[in-house]
Amino acid sequence: MQAFTQHDGLVAPMDRANVDTDLMIPKQFLKSIKRSGFGPNLFDELRYLDEGVPDADNSSRPLNPDFPLNFPRYQNASILLARENFGCGSSREHAAWALADDGFCCVIAPSFADIFRSNAFKNGILPIEFSSEQMDVLFAMMYETEGFRLAVDLVAQVVTLPNGDAWSFEVDAFRRDCLLQGLDDVGITLQSTEAIRAFEEIHARRFPWLFEDLVL
Amino acid sequence: MAQTLYDKLWDAHLVEQRDDGTSLIYIDRHLIHEVTSAQAFEGLSLAGRAPWRKSANLAVPDHNVSTLQTERAGGLAALPDPVSRIQLQTLDDNCETFGIAEIPLSDIRQGIVHVIGPEQGAVLPGMTVVCGDSHTSTHGALGALAHGIGTSEVEHVLATQCLIQKKMKNFKVEVSGRLEAGVSAKDLALAIIGRIGTAGGTGYALEFTGDAVKALTMEGRMTLCNMAIEAGARCGLVAVDEVTLEYARGKPLAPKESQWAAAEAWWRTLRSDDGAHFDRAIEIEGSAVKAQVSWGTSPEMVASVDGHVPRLSEMPDETARQGLKRALDYMGLDEGMPITDIQPDAIFIGSCTNSRIEDLREAAAVLKGRRVSSRIKKALVVPGSGVVKAQAEAEGLDQIFLDAGMEWREPGCSMCLAMNADRLNPGERCASTSNRNFEGRQGSGGRTHLVSPAMAAAAAVMGRFASVDAVGAVSPVTAGGE
Repeated sequence: MQAFTQHDGLVAPMDRANVDTDLMIPKQFLKSIKRSGFGPNLFDELRYLDEGVPDADNSSRPLNPDFPLNFPRYQNASILLARENFGCGSSREHAAWALADDGFCCVIAPSFADIFRSNAFKNGILPIEFSSEQMDVLFAMMYETEGFRLAVDLVAQVVTLPNGDAWSFEVDAFRRDCLLQGLDDVGITLQSTEAIRAFEEIHARRFPWLFEDLVL
Repeated sequence: MAQTLYDKLWDAHLVEQRDDGTSLIYIDRHLIHEVTSAQAFEGLSLAGRAPWRKSANLAVPDHNVSTLQTERAGGLAALPDPVSRIQLQTLDDNCETFGIAEIPLSDIRQGIVHVIGPEQGAVLPGMTVVCGDSHTSTHGALGALAHGIGTSEVEHVLATQCLIQKKMKNFKVEVSGRLEAGVSAKDLALAIIGRIGTAGGTGYALEFTGDAVKALTMEGRMTLCNMAIEAGARCGLVAVDEVTLEYARGKPLAPKESQWAAAEAWWRTLRSDDGAHFDRAIEIEGSAVKAQVSWGTSPEMVASVDGHVPRLSEMPDETARQGLKRALDYMGLDEGMPITDIQPDAIFIGSCTNSRIEDLREAAAVLKGRRVSSRIKKALVVPGSGVVKAQAEAEGLDQIFLDAGMEWREPGCSMCLAMNADRLNPGERCASTSNRNFEGRQGSGGRTHLVSPAMAAAAAVMGRFASVDAVGAVSPVTAGGE
């Protein structure tokens, strides 16, 4: 996984509450058995005027001129501002893959759905929570200022605004360490192999029916 | 110290607690399907790792399968969509390569992963259960700690049999009294989501309790826990009681006779102790819950069937007003219109929420001897598994649906998420027993109204949303017009 320490990036809006993962990456793209290439299909139904199909060339599709992420001023944005309950619904990690593939490494919102938050961290995307009032300020500044950028510092846990204000944010200590070092969870957990084996032995004695061979 | 059901399940699976607030939790059962597993198996291969405990895993294809008998008769190789075929073939290949038990597409036991798990006894009380699907919350109905995970976590569970977790908070939803006739677990679930919102359960394990919950069958409890995720809660829970034990008994993968007593003794402890601490609790009067219809693009946007679509003036703030405006625009509805004026074009009875035998019985009871309204363009009934399908056919339910003018399909996720050919066309409106009414969920531009099986059947007959009572007033002989 790509490590995340500091990032300075252009900011773009997804200005609505309850953005669900179906909206982030529609089901037809879930037929893929790959992890990459979902970027052009991020928010597919909002982004294009036609219906997307998997494995198609997206470069010639008609763009929706009313969708903010298509505006010239937001091209190459890497930080997304959003509203409450971002990433609700389906557990599809394809949503995080699409965000990352489209160049986003940070989403700032008042709240996130649990499964999406977990998926984001595992794909080098930092979810930052600010209050609704703070979000209103950020949205207003961004709309006012073309080329609005934010500097995110995960080491210091602060977001610095163009006016020099530094807003601190909370982040889970374990997730922070993983992101800072670009560590993947499996490697970390396998360091506990002995503890898992020891637990498993006791668990199997206590609940032997759980350890029968699964014979269909 | 008094513990909640969630506390007990957590403690029984705690491998390691770390200083940073995370814990390693042991996973007893891992359910796998074709859509969220391929990349996990690939990750395993690339790292040169093997599954930690093969027998903990059970795979089944469901999301991306055709539900047409004609398309399935020729097996996987004959499926018409080449992209879907590759994904399904990849699941088969991975199960073969990694030595994981799979119920293949051709097997009568095939079906939606959250239907076949409990049905086969692959999910049992007291287990920790995960699957790369958010509706894994369904299995909490058996008193199991069950939740959805992303593909990275699928790989993590395959490789380590554990998950890195932070303990959730406890949330009690107590439903007193009884549900009225014609009101089902689905209506209760929608009413709860309408009350606490789609983020109301975020960070919580949601335990459903109270007399109205205890009175639910296992199928009803599964419907309720299935929808916990739509309230933002990764897992829903119902305490173990006689209903649970009766359900588990005799399932193909249930504990052997020699192990049953020990299992039952543990399972009987799986309830929240008196005085256990809940971080949040709400109470609902069962008799006050009415049949629900969702009118918007989020499962919290619900009204009772005798209610109306909200008005912009009723919204508390600008964000809510904008949200309502966008939802009404997408759904093609007017503010303030009565729910009973909404006319669906399509009917979908199925999904991991409502495709079990009891759901089909509930729909069939309304449809028996009646015809689907002439304004309905398509009406699908998709049983949750081959076992459910066979049972329904043995009871003659299939004939009731067919006589009403509906299609009787093969098991799969179907039009709940429309990954296969079962989908709405742009602008089409569906009375659906599924779980999500998000924009485009059932097909690009499609409009979803979430309802119970009985309400979907009532809408099918009347050609508009109606209470089950209203259908009853129409005699079977004359119904079906408009």
